[in-house]
Amino acid sequence: MLGEGILKGLAETARNFAGSFVSAERLTTVQYPEQRIAPIEATRDFPFLVYDGKDWEAGMRCVACQICEKECPPKCIYIVKSTDKKPDALGKMQIYPTRFDIDISVCMSCQICVEVCPFEAIKMDTEFELSTTDRFGGLLLDRKQLSKSNEHYHRIHPTEAAEVDARLAGEKAKSDAKAKAATAAAAAKAAAAPASSAAAPSPAATDAAPAASAALAETDVAPGGNGAGNPAVGPADGESRA
Amino acid sequence: MSTSGFVAEKDKREGWNRPPVIEPDGEGELLEVSMGPHHPSTHGVFRMDVALDGERVIRLKPVFGYLHRNHEKIAEGISYLGSMPFTDRLDYLCPLTNNWAYALAVEKLTGQAVPERAEYLRVIVGELTRVQNHASSIGFLIQEMGASGTPLMYAFKAREKILDLFEELTGARMMCNYMRFGGCRVDATADWLAVTRKVVEELPGFVDEFERLLRGNEILMARTQGVGILRPELAVNAGVTGPMLRASGVNYDIRKVDGYGVYNRFKFRVPLGDHWDVFDRFMIRLLEMRESIKILEQALKDIPGGPVMDAKAKLRGFRPKPGEAYGRIESPKGELGFYLISDGGPNPYRYRVRPPSLINLTVLEDMALGQNVADVVLIFGSVDIILGEVDR
Repeated sequence: MLGEGILKGLAETARNFAGSFVSAERLTTVQYPEQRIAPIEATRDFPFLVYDGKDWEAGMRCVACQICEKECPPKCIYIVKSTDKKPDALGKMQIYPTRFDIDISVCMSCQICVEVCPFEAIKMDTEFELSTTDRFGGLLLDRKQLSKSNEHYHRIHPTEAAEVDARLAGEKAKSDAKAKAATAAAAAKAAAAPASSAAAPSPAATDAAPAASAALAETDVAPGGNGAGNPAVGPADGESRA
Repeated sequence: MSTSGFVAEKDKREGWNRPPVIEPDGEGELLEVSMGPHHPSTHGVFRMDVALDGERVIRLKPVFGYLHRNHEKIAEGISYLGSMPFTDRLDYLCPLTNNWAYALAVEKLTGQAVPERAEYLRVIVGELTRVQNHASSIGFLIQEMGASGTPLMYAFKAREKILDLFEELTGARMMCNYMRFGGCRVDATADWLAVTRKVVEELPGFVDEFERLLRGNEILMARTQGVGILRPELAVNAGVTGPMLRASGVNYDIRKVDGYGVYNRFKFRVPLGDHWDVFDRFMIRLLEMRESIKILEQALKDIPGGPVMDAKAKLRGFRPKPGEAYGRIESPKGELGFYLISDGGPNPYRYRVRPPSLINLTVLEDMALGQNVADVVLIFGSVDIILGEVDR
């Protein structure tokens, strides 16, 4: 019969129309500003810088190694290294970024900066309501605007953040063990020294302390938990074609 | 010459690069119309310069490049890894298959192995991509026919569930950036696989519903049957691939021909068209969705455990040996290939995309000549292009 197919199609539409009144799963839309769908945990949009502790400037994990700046496909990251060092949240002396800008009007949320960061310093945020009336400056975020606490990271990506913390704790334990071994070695040396030169033991003990902190600083710069293929930070980093 | 003259003319058509042979009937003047670039049917910014004799198309010249973003040249200036997120933006309806083709090319170049679990995950996300691409492509085709909204929204209802799966796995709905050289970026959790199994269980119901809604529809048949015929010889000569080629009756599916990844482990059939028209292209997509669901069911049943990244895989800072590689896959639109030349540096020396959309579009004039101008919109819709991939 001519028109049978159309009628069948209309019956299908009618079934869906009537069904949307009785079945909740047929209602596939929400009224956005009032109603919100719970965010999916893996969601990402723009990067932020993680800091430990209370003070964003003191606790910033970023050591201005500039790997993310180099790898960023649309080149939206701008970093200026510091000339001095300052202690980070764990009290180690580190270089830090005096400028760390991300132009989120250029950023394409690809997450490559997160993947290449050996220090777990940059992570993806889930904040999406970022509209601003200032077209240029408003979307160019500086390091203060980018800094968010580790607690924030735990809030938005709980599983991932727990993994990262476990990894960092493991690394810290390793470097602590190394430092302890270095201290022990230095102490043994110091203990051996008075035997030959008969010097007082107290200055030797104070000597051991800087040696230990030097060992600590060294382990810091080693490639982090990001796994395979993160060469040590340095200028000789695959840029010969530049 | 009346419209019946067109039928006689059609039989004389030979060769894919012959000049247009449709003659005006000599009454009145030709009307040149510029359809697009901002035309609701053009899926983006695409222009067709058509010469009309009444309603009949005498000449058609596709004009594109409005969305050109210099993808290939940018890729020569950044590392291999840096191009991966840009491939998402080629065919933005199917980012995961674009990732796959590029990853395949680089893996060929570097000789990188891929763990089994990663291969299965690639098949799963690839076939989910195919289902949602074909659903929305049919939706857009019917939308262009004048059924404003209803079929498209049905398609989007299914697509939405698949995009939610993508977001949960990769972090983004459309710009997934999921695959890496030597595997996939993150592993799928058991929860994700369970949800995927549930979604895949519901997909045949969606395809049935879609089919009930559309297949028997007399208006759809009247508009599409016998319209936009693409002959198999022309399709092969012009390098057309994908559902377009199979709708012309040519049995060519790279999943079967190359058996890349782990596709040779799955049982599925390749649907072929019989009438070479727009209706066949619509039906082929419907049938391919069913085959994709079969592959999904098998892959979700057999997926092994293990790592998703090869232990030797390097994320960045690698330099492939000088040489060249071509990696190709059966993307939902056709053969998507990436051709790379390495000179031993950290960036590709040459990076070329073989986009199925662009090459399938080259036969648009041949299909549209002699048809009514309203049918040109349908023929164009049945090619299933994404301008991001055409212009790059």
